[in-house]
Amino acid sequence: MNSLNQQSFNDSNVDYDEDSEEEAEALTAAEVFAKLEEAWLNEKFSPELLEAKTEIVECIMDQIKVMEENLLKCKKDDMKICIHKMELDRIRFVLSSYLRIRLQKIQNYTAYYLNIENQRTDKQASLFSPEELKFAKEFHSSIDKHLTELAMQHMPSILQNLNDNLSGNKPDLDCYVFLRVNEDTDSVVIDEETTETGEETVDFQKDEQHIIRYQPIRHLVSSSQLTLI
Amino acid sequence: MLASKAFELIKELSRGNSGSLSPYNEDCIRQVLDEMKSLYEQNQKDVSDTVAGETGLFSGVQVRHAALERNKRCLLTYLYKRLQIIQEMRWEFGSVLPMDIRYNMCEQEISWFNRYNKMLAVYMRSIGDSGLDLTQDMQPPKSLYIEVRCLKDHGEFETQDGNIIVLKRNNQHFLLRSECEHLIRQGVLEHVTN
Repeated sequence: MNSLNQQSFNDSNVDYDEDSEEEAEALTAAEVFAKLEEAWLNEKFSPELLEAKTEIVECIMDQIKVMEENLLKCKKDDMKICIHKMELDRIRFVLSSYLRIRLQKIQNYTAYYLNIENQRTDKQASLFSPEELKFAKEFHSSIDKHLTELAMQHMPSILQNLNDNLSGNKPDLDCYVFLRVNEDTDSVVIDEETTETGEETVDFQKDEQHIIRYQPIRHLVSSSQLTLI
Repeated sequence: MLASKAFELIKELSRGNSGSLSPYNEDCIRQVLDEMKSLYEQNQKDVSDTVAGETGLFSGVQVRHAALERNKRCLLTYLYKRLQIIQEMRWEFGSVLPMDIRYNMCEQEISWFNRYNKMLAVYMRSIGDSGLDLTQDMQPPKSLYIEVRCLKDHGEFETQDGNIIVLKRNNQHFLLRSECEHLIRQGVLEHVTN
């Protein structure tokens, strides 16, 4: 798809004026899309919410807008329009799906993620994009309010604390994931040392594929040494 | 038995097949709350008796307290699960729910639904500069145009390029996927695959 993207950019001679912007990012449209795709797959297969890729989302949104504008300028009955539109639809699907998955995760474990967000120091990147954070807070308080109105306030006073009842559910970080290795990484600790067995480590070689517990490798996913598949 | 009413609520949840909402069981909820109240009063009485010097009441208090906790938990689960179902319906039916579903919701649930609608709209509008409708593009696109069959009379429908077509029951059309996706979800059109 990416090669088509490049090719059709060139031969239709449409002036994509975001070139200047991309120089700052030092990425071509295709590369940004590849990054989005990677983020999308990671998000889709990881049990927990990953860091928000706000920049990529914004960049792709701009891209979509420019492409839409260019399409309007082109002639109606051009064969290339069909291909471009299809392309656009696909990009939009990946983007929407990515944001949808994130929203779903936020809704399922709102209290848990808000808790993480509250304990976050300034050095750590936020899990949420600013818009998502706003949504999460609003969502959390609306559920709180609903439960209070319908049940809590009618209960005996000592039981009235909601005490993060909802946060009882947490994402299952111990589930198994499929992954592909992007960079050689040696001696990743898979099992902590216990009294009975020693530490268990694994060496990852580039392009290998593994099935492994998510918890020990989660930091490698966020540093994009691994991709979930 | 203690907390059996609350358990009934949970059973009701698991009986309902996914994608449908059973009527809000206000009656049962009130009974659970009443039971909690009487359990609590009983407990308070026993505690003050114990303080006054009576013995042998302690296990009773503990059993009742466990029942209270269980009631609370079941009740909250019931309410929370229903909200989750309502959430899913927002994605399925859009911002206006069919009457028969609305009928099964209580007043607070409807107002929660409206609030959810609003926050979702705010969020979707704030993506990028112009916003992005996340309820579109639910399925990966296979082709630009798809063949659809009308399931009911819908009336006139204007396509993006300005043509007006009449959607009549059992007619088949070849339309832009992005245009008719929401009509398919509403059950007006059916995607014909062969």
